[in-house]
Amino acid sequence: MLLNQFLLLGAVLFCIGVYGVIARKNAVMVLMSIELILNSVNINLLAFSLFNDNIDGNVFALFIIAVAAAEVGVGLALVLLVYRNRRSIALDELSEMKG
Amino acid sequence: MLASSVQVAQNIGFGIIAAVMVVAAISVVTNRNVVHAALSLVIVMAGAAAQYILLAAEFVAVTQVLVYIGAVMVLFLFGVMLTRARLGHEADLNNKNFAIGIPVALIMLGVMAWALIDGYRGEKLPSDAQPVSTQALSDSIFAPYLVPFWALSFLLLIAVVGAIVLARKD
Repeated sequence: MLLNQFLLLGAVLFCIGVYGVIARKNAVMVLMSIELILNSVNINLLAFSLFNDNIDGNVFALFIIAVAAAEVGVGLALVLLVYRNRRSIALDELSEMKG
Repeated sequence: MLASSVQVAQNIGFGIIAAVMVVAAISVVTNRNVVHAALSLVIVMAGAAAQYILLAAEFVAVTQVLVYIGAVMVLFLFGVMLTRARLGHEADLNNKNFAIGIPVALIMLGVMAWALIDGYRGEKLPSDAQPVSTQALSDSIFAPYLVPFWALSFLLLIAVVGAIVLARKD
C-alpha cells in the first residue's frame, strides 16, 4: 500500500469537513463537520506512524480521540444553552457580539 | 515490483472503504435531514476504524468504535433531538452564501493533493507490518507521554464539569 493513498483520503475528508463548517448554519451540523476534520487528521497520524515505524502516532491519535470527545461534550452543552435562550441554533443569528 | 508487495486484497479493501467514506462524508455535509447526516457520520467513523486496522493500529480502531460510534454519536443524536422539536427535512440548514465553501474546499484540496503527491510520490508503507501491540502503546503512554496523559485527564474532568454547569437548568 502506498502512503499517499491514506494521506489523500485524509485530505479529501478534511476538505469536506471544511466545506461543512463553512456551509452549515445548524450548530450541531458544524460540530459534525469538525468531527470529520478530526478523523481525517487521525488517519494521517496513523499512516505516518506506520510509515516511520514509530508508535508515537498511535498515542497522538488516542489523545485526539479523547480531546474530540471532550470538545463534543462542551460544544453540545453550549448549543443546548443557546437553544434554551433563543429557541434557535442558527449560527448566523448569533450576532450580539458584533461591534 | 514484487507481486507480494502490492497487497491486492488490502488495496481493494482500502478502495471500497475509502469510496464509501467519501460518499458518506459528502452526505454528512449536504444532507437536508439532520438525523440522516448523523447516521452518515456513523458510516464515516466505522470506515475510519477499518482504515485504522489496515494501518495496523488495532487499539486505536477499537477505541474509535467505542468512543465515536458508541458515545459521541449518542451525544450528537441527543443534541439533535433536544434542539429540534420535529424531525425530518429542514429547508434552512445551510447558510445563505454556502456556495463560497465549494471553491474554498476545492482550492484547499488541490493545494494539499499537489503537496502530497509532490512530496510522497511512490513512498510505500511497510508491507510486513505487525499490528501495534497494546502493551507497547501503554508503555508509550505511561512513560514518555505521562504528563500529557495527566493533562488530558484533567481536560476531560474540566469538560465534564463544564458541560454539566452549562447545560443544567437553574
